[in-house]
Amino acid sequence: MKVAVVKYNAGNIYSVIHALKRMGVDPILSDDPDTLATADKVLFPGQGEASNAMQYLRRHRLDEVIRNLKQPILGICIGQQLMCRHSEEGNTDCLGIFDAEVKRFIPERHEDKVPHMGWNQLTEVSSPLFKGFSDNEFVYFVHSFYVPVCNQTIATTEYILPFSAALHHDNFYATQFHPEKSGSVGERILKNFLDL
Amino acid sequence: MLAKRIIPCLDVKDGQTVKGTNFVNLRQAGDPVELGHAYSEQGADELVFLDITASHEGRKTFTDMVQRVAAEISIPFTVGGGIGELKDVERLLAAGADKVSINSAALRRPELIDEITSHFGSQVCVVAIDAHLDANGWTCYLNGGRIPTERGLFEWAREANDRGAGEILFTSMDHDGVKTGFAYEALHRLSEELTIPIIASGGAGAMEHFRDAFTLGHADASLAASVFHFGEIGIPQLKQYLKEENINVRL
Repeated sequence: MKVAVVKYNAGNIYSVIHALKRMGVDPILSDDPDTLATADKVLFPGQGEASNAMQYLRRHRLDEVIRNLKQPILGICIGQQLMCRHSEEGNTDCLGIFDAEVKRFIPERHEDKVPHMGWNQLTEVSSPLFKGFSDNEFVYFVHSFYVPVCNQTIATTEYILPFSAALHHDNFYATQFHPEKSGSVGERILKNFLDL
Repeated sequence: MLAKRIIPCLDVKDGQTVKGTNFVNLRQAGDPVELGHAYSEQGADELVFLDITASHEGRKTFTDMVQRVAAEISIPFTVGGGIGELKDVERLLAAGADKVSINSAALRRPELIDEITSHFGSQVCVVAIDAHLDANGWTCYLNGGRIPTERGLFEWAREANDRGAGEILFTSMDHDGVKTGFAYEALHRLSEELTIPIIASGGAGAMEHFRDAFTLGHADASLAASVFHFGEIGIPQLKQYLKEENINVRL
């Protein structure tokens, strides 16, 4: 199986590559349209700031390339947010794959710290991505912006309010959490994705 | 619900894990990557690796170790020790660390916090504070607890918070290695005064101490070393105990 990871200006891309290697997959890190289009699976990971990331994707024409992919693609963290319509972070127009607006967490109590960072639970999981999952399994999050629950939500997490922990539309999948940093639970999600 | 975190800390010298009592008398406790992997399998929520080597060669060995940790371990990890400037942070993040912990360098030049957070985001910047309770209250120390400063724990923690630090790792030098519990009152005050997560460190000797760090100290995470390294407390038993005490932990 040919697995590609989208190469762009976001941080922490290598942790996904390490996670795939631990599973016996040797991914290709690439920003080449043909390489991405012909891969069996594509991952779109990263940490970073939305407007800088979108600027980079547009300049390298990766926005069109990602939108036109036909195989399963998994966005992670900022990847998920960039796949939405618009983000409040830097007032950024994003890829528009998911019909959702990315919002900033507003603390309601002193205990509500932003970024939302640490292990939190998945509920209402409904996707082959979560095959074999029971409710309330823990995954690792680090983020200050979130996608509200919408009709493309396939997993929900509660922090300040319920938000989309994962999204799905056609061949596009995305998680707000980091499966590559979520221990054995995260490995199961990556394996389920590779099995799609 | 966001879980309270249990974090084993590994002090690394020349590629080996060590742990002192009150910051002196180091004892050997194994290969850091192997130990880190074992903790990850047992349910540790994060790992901290502190480089206590002073030499240039030691730095290189530590960076190699960070690369091995990133390749082999699937939970988040923080690295610290000897970080003096932004290029140290770049090197360690490039090697695969999720977060860096800065201590003396931030006390000497607080702008380092702003630099790290503007380049890499708040979430990568853990500010570690070693403090000792003396006649003037809680005083911050430099260089692994060897040199006192003019800064007080609470006002320095507040400044770090305001400069954009992602977390505070507070070690009570009075409690570290003594195993009689964390500095609960100071932890509680930090938690009240700051808007970022607090990691409790120094003093864990029994499972009740971890519970009290969360209930009395209002900490977001608890860090310990020797009680885990020498098997005095197992992470699975600790988490089971905390769950029974109604603390939300990842099982």
